[in-house]
Amino acid sequence: MADNKTGVYICTGCEIGDNLNMEKVTGYIDEECSPAVMKQHPFLCSREGAEEIKKDIEGEGVNKVCIAACSPRVMWDVFDFGPDVLVERANIRELAVWSFRNPELPEPEDDEMADPLSMMVRDYIRMGVVRLEKTDYPEREPLEPSNTIMVLGGGVTGLNAALGAADTGYDVVLVEKEDKLGGFAAKMYRQTPTRHPYTEAQAPDVGDLIRKVEGHDKIKVLTKTELQLIKGAPGKYKVTVKSGDEEQELSIGSVVLATGWKPYDASRLGHLGYGKIKNVVTNVELETMAKEGKLQRPSDGMPVQSAAFIQCAGQRDPEHLPYCSSVCCMGSLKQAKYIREKDDEARAFIFYKDMRTPGVYENYYRQVQDDPGIFLTKSEIQEVSEDGNGKVLVKVTDTLLGEDLEVAVDLVVLATGMVPTIADDPVLKLGYRLGEQLPDLELFNGFADSNYICFPYETRRTGIYAAGCVRQPMSMGTAKDDAAGAALKSIQCLESINRGLAVHPRSGDPTYPKFNMVRCTQCKRCTEECPFGALDDDEKGTPEPNTTRCRRCGTCMGACPERVISFDNYSVSMLNEMIGAVQVPEDEEEGGYRILCLVCENDAYPALDIAAMRKNKWSASVRFIGIRCLGSVNTQWIAESMSKGMDGVLLLGCKYGDDYQCHFIKGSELCNKRMDNIGEPLERLQVEAERVQQKQICIDEYDKIPKIIDDFIEEIEGYGPNPYKGF
Amino acid sequence: MSNSSILVIGGGFSGITAALEAAEVGHEVFIVEQEPYLGGRVAQLKHYFPKLCPPTCGLEINFQRIKKNPRVKQFTMAQVTRVSGEPGNYEVKIKIRPRFVNSNCTACDKCVEVCPVERDSEFDFHMGKTKAIYCPHFMSFPMRYVIDEQVCEGTACAKCVEACQYQAIDLEEKEREFTLNVGSIIVATGWKPYDVSKLTNLGGGQIPNVLTNMQLERLAAPNGPTDGKIQRPSDGKEPKRIAFVQCAGSRDQNHLDYCSYICCMASLKHCTYIREQYPDAEVVIYYIDLRAPGRYENFLNKIQEDEKVLMVKGKVARITEDSTSGDLVVTAEDIMGGVKKEETFDMVVLATVMQPSISMNGFALDLPRDESGFIIGGEEKGIFPAGCAKMPLDVMTSAETATGAALNAIQTVRR
Repeated sequence: MADNKTGVYICTGCEIGDNLNMEKVTGYIDEECSPAVMKQHPFLCSREGAEEIKKDIEGEGVNKVCIAACSPRVMWDVFDFGPDVLVERANIRELAVWSFRNPELPEPEDDEMADPLSMMVRDYIRMGVVRLEKTDYPEREPLEPSNTIMVLGGGVTGLNAALGAADTGYDVVLVEKEDKLGGFAAKMYRQTPTRHPYTEAQAPDVGDLIRKVEGHDKIKVLTKTELQLIKGAPGKYKVTVKSGDEEQELSIGSVVLATGWKPYDASRLGHLGYGKIKNVVTNVELETMAKEGKLQRPSDGMPVQSAAFIQCAGQRDPEHLPYCSSVCCMGSLKQAKYIREKDDEARAFIFYKDMRTPGVYENYYRQVQDDPGIFLTKSEIQEVSEDGNGKVLVKVTDTLLGEDLEVAVDLVVLATGMVPTIADDPVLKLGYRLGEQLPDLELFNGFADSNYICFPYETRRTGIYAAGCVRQPMSMGTAKDDAAGAALKSIQCLESINRGLAVHPRSGDPTYPKFNMVRCTQCKRCTEECPFGALDDDEKGTPEPNTTRCRRCGTCMGACPERVISFDNYSVSMLNEMIGAVQVPEDEEEGGYRILCLVCENDAYPALDIAAMRKNKWSASVRFIGIRCLGSVNTQWIAESMSKGMDGVLLLGCKYGDDYQCHFIKGSELCNKRMDNIGEPLERLQVEAERVQQKQICIDEYDKIPKIIDDFIEEIEGYGPNPYKGF
Repeated sequence: MSNSSILVIGGGFSGITAALEAAEVGHEVFIVEQEPYLGGRVAQLKHYFPKLCPPTCGLEINFQRIKKNPRVKQFTMAQVTRVSGEPGNYEVKIKIRPRFVNSNCTACDKCVEVCPVERDSEFDFHMGKTKAIYCPHFMSFPMRYVIDEQVCEGTACAKCVEACQYQAIDLEEKEREFTLNVGSIIVATGWKPYDVSKLTNLGGGQIPNVLTNMQLERLAAPNGPTDGKIQRPSDGKEPKRIAFVQCAGSRDQNHLDYCSYICCMASLKHCTYIREQYPDAEVVIYYIDLRAPGRYENFLNKIQEDEKVLMVKGKVARITEDSTSGDLVVTAEDIMGGVKKEETFDMVVLATVMQPSISMNGFALDLPRDESGFIIGGEEKGIFPAGCAKMPLDVMTSAETATGAALNAIQTVRR
């Protein structure tokens, strides 16, 4: 790479030029950064503005460009000069000019001092130049991944995922522990409608699906096979499976987890007669009876002429499953039809809490409602008992008829719910330092779901994508779409690895954490704090990074006390130097206080931009630096700020807790812990712990920003200047 | 040889998701969106259920993904006018309506300061105003202003042209058309709220203090017409008693048969908006069934714990207005109590049904549709519906179907 030549380009449009002492600003920058080129332009984002920069790139050999103008969130495409030119944006429009509130400082005695806004702009440009100087050209980690996708589970979801990936051109290994493919779907008599007009139950189509999978030349089916171990990382997993007594090792790129569900343990539903009354069965058992053509009372083999369906059996119930299994209302409507189709005189009762047939499934509900032999009512079950003649008595109250009801039926069917297979069994068997399972957030009752509404395939273990009923209770129609979605994500992961790029949410990022092990003290913080379990370690505790498991949040970098970890364009020392580039007034009465504000670039930073667009103003004491995630905040940055004489450090990041919004799951929460931990050392140095604070902010809370900042500064002013100022 | 590019019609959450998921596998993707911004319906929401997080958070990540990915190209104010060809090789005509503001726009807002014309904001469902030149909304992507051709006085005024220092405004911009070649198409045209003026017994569109659920979203949203304050449209009064009418136009043979999937959860979410602002306010939800499937049950439980929220199983027969006070008299049955009652409220929210946003005819693609207009086929043509173009869905499931549609589209272009 040729020598680094930095160009600084300052836009004077959008009120920037009107409010700055440009002579002072450029004078400072020239003196402190001596860039090869420095220019001003009244409309830098115009074609002419960009052309001027291009001219310098071609003519002067400028290869690092600092754009001092608007936020990097706008005009992003104008300032793209190809991969050989590094660009850094100093956001002097939103973060300085537009949001600037004059601090009413005394007139400077010294003629050399510029006004506070010009000082602020100088700081931002200097930080931008420092960042550029410390940035290396991103270097991708080359890897030739295995392009084979492993699908775990051979039910409807797994079959669809396998076909989806194979039809797109990828090799698939489908692993099923039973001796046959098809899962629950293969045991069904009929399936609830999966296509328009959604009014009739359908013959199961899983047979077709199995034939397609078994006949596909890109799919290798392993039935009666148990997963033993998944070692390694996406793109280069070594997976051990065992069929009978034989073990084999497979090279796998990514994984679709589609191991589905199992029925809730009905033996716990004694209060509804299960296990005590022979003619009380579960919905799963009824399905088998129907498939075998034996709709008979278990007690005496007499044909079933009446049945009562008890919905939410052991569901929506804090004593059992607190959630709703989504599909049981549809299932019971379908099964009520089984009773009716054998015998026109037969009667079915469905006792529900709420009839949940959302969306187009309403069509099926309406169709069943038209059947005069099926009686449906909201109700509370009071008692299930036997009458001595083989009939089961079901007593219900709070019905829609306004009266209590007792029916005597041949069969009671309990609509029991779904329990994900991974709830109490480490299905995945990952050979990861942080455990063999997906980390359980304890939010989804064991389901492998995402906590992001927007990103249902977000996973806490890169390269492993859950689909179907192991992720959420869902119908077969939904599972088919879900399987396709998970197959796409598993393919996308491989293609990203192929190009040496990160996956969501920093998709396309070529940088990755590099470890300078010479300094490592084996403290294990990086390994243990990584929200994605990307790091393993050896016996001594030396971390073993796995780049393809990594999501580039920098949490490891933030955790490391020894600056072992850095990215080509993001490091502890880079931020330290940026902090050092801020000029801290020696006397707060003349120059004001100085506060560093580290801002999560995903949510808090856009909120700042919008606050400024909405013409909010805040204290001129603050200097913002956008960072990948609060998880990447290293306490050395705090130490650096305090030793440079800054009066406080404010961290703005995402909400944490159950409804966390951090895109890296734990970043803001971990940062908060770190900040708690540095309180004591600060106090020991006679520095108030409250000088360092973290605030949670959502992207739409832009109107709260001025108050958060101003309140913080008011608090700092209460403590007075940093006692180490000027040392 | 197939063309490996993919067209995505609709730049709402499903369209953006489908486009990004395909582009991150390596395919070139074109998003065609008719509004001046991407984000669709979710951009109008304050929060998602059940997490109560702002949709702009996920949109921002997706916009960053778009910005970083040269394979995604998006066209706003654009419409597909004609499609010809076959799976693997489609020729698509795109029409772009004039925005009158070009990419020079720096969002400096000087034009808005001088524009003399006001208009009702469609984004705010006519509850707020913008100038004839306006920023689509604060989180708009692209962040570029737009002129409403219907109300702008054009070159006769041109004050904005004068105020703009960046030659960003061209009042004589014309509609233009161009052609794209793609191998496969994803239709993510989304939904629109049912026309509530058809709900005459509920005062839909007639009584000012009877709102739709989407209007309530805008009232509660921080970038809404009241900066997030929930108040009565008629007099700005803080509502103390609010009723929700579930299935307003859905599960109803006089209107739309199907269930709209999200309205129960949306109303439960709306309870949180109201109760957060007004700790003393009382809410009554009139419902047929409380549909909180799967883990949404937890959210229902949380709202049920709120003593100020009462859930009544029963249909609302009629809403009338007391014209002096602006209060509303709701006549509804309480099935479990076995009574029919009249109750007075300050504000009523109709949990309005979603219907497909594309009309039955007048859409450039001839695809099988159901009686309500949802797309129920197209696979054999290499055309795949995603999200609410296909059926009523929540955001999470829309994203799943969009990701699945991306896979199907890729399969088509790789054949």
